Amino acid sequence: MNGVELAFVLLGAVALGAGFLVVTTSRIVHAALWLAVSLGAVAGCFLLLTAELLAWVQVLIYVGAVVVLVLFALMLTRAPIGPAPGAARGRVVLAAVVAAATAGVLLVTLLAGLGGEVIDLEAADIGGGEAVGSALFRAWVLPFEALSVLLLAALVGAIVLSRGRGDEDGR
Amino acid sequence: MRLAFPLVVSAFLFSLGVFGVLVRRNAVLVLMSVELMLNGVNLNLVAFDAWWADALHGGQVLTLFVITIAAAEVGLGLAIVLLVFRNRGTSDLTDLGLLDERTEDDQRPADLDQPEDAR
Repeated sequence: MNGVELAFVLLGAVALGAGFLVVTTSRIVHAALWLAVSLGAVAGCFLLLTAELLAWVQVLIYVGAVVVLVLFALMLTRAPIGPAPGAARGRVVLAAVVAAATAGVLLVTLLAGLGGEVIDLEAADIGGGEAVGSALFRAWVLPFEALSVLLLAALVGAIVLSRGRGDEDGR
Repeated sequence: MRLAFPLVVSAFLFSLGVFGVLVRRNAVLVLMSVELMLNGVNLNLVAFDAWWADALHGGQVLTLFVITIAAAEVGLGLAIVLLVFRNRGTSDLTDLGLLDERTEDDQRPADLDQPEDAR
């Protein structure tokens, strides 16, 4: 195991541990903060896998924008600061069984098919701004334009939804 | 670097997201679990991009698209959660079994474009 692999394993462990806390902690606001830790660790994994631009996009959009948006939503829906009551025991067991089955299927499929493969990081083209930008605006420009329409639609939809009915219903 | 490392991490991230979607009752926490699942997928895309040494950077560009769509999804999803909370006073998914917006003491049609709103 070389240095890059060691760093990846450590970052992956941070991402998985924080992700586990996101789905299990009983304090809702803490779950949002652990989500920031988990997504930040995934950004580090991107950096190790030569996706330099994506790592910064991940930090900007996920850790910066999405987590802040989630925190705002938690505060606006008056989430309890203290521990919330946990889910019923049967539900937890069922969810754990389904999640374990998903993990099992994915791990067996991926490791049986591609377990022995090695990523040649020395030969890989570093995905910085120039490489990704040139791919994005040459080969992928049509989906890029479609996405801009999608973003506009989402913007209009969010405005229409949050305009609401006014103040008379005492929200 | 062995390809198995990112694959294992992404598989576990995805299944953590599945667990969170199934076990959480607060709608905002369900959305956060969906983000975890999407990040597992993103990690897989980036790992295969590096393994394939893709000249078009398909994996990384698709990851960029997934991040964009996830941002749009979380914006709209949280707007819907806030609207439901404003109408019902709860964001607990087990209490939200109805698609109708009206409550018993509020029989007005809950149209978003009523004239009195246009102030």
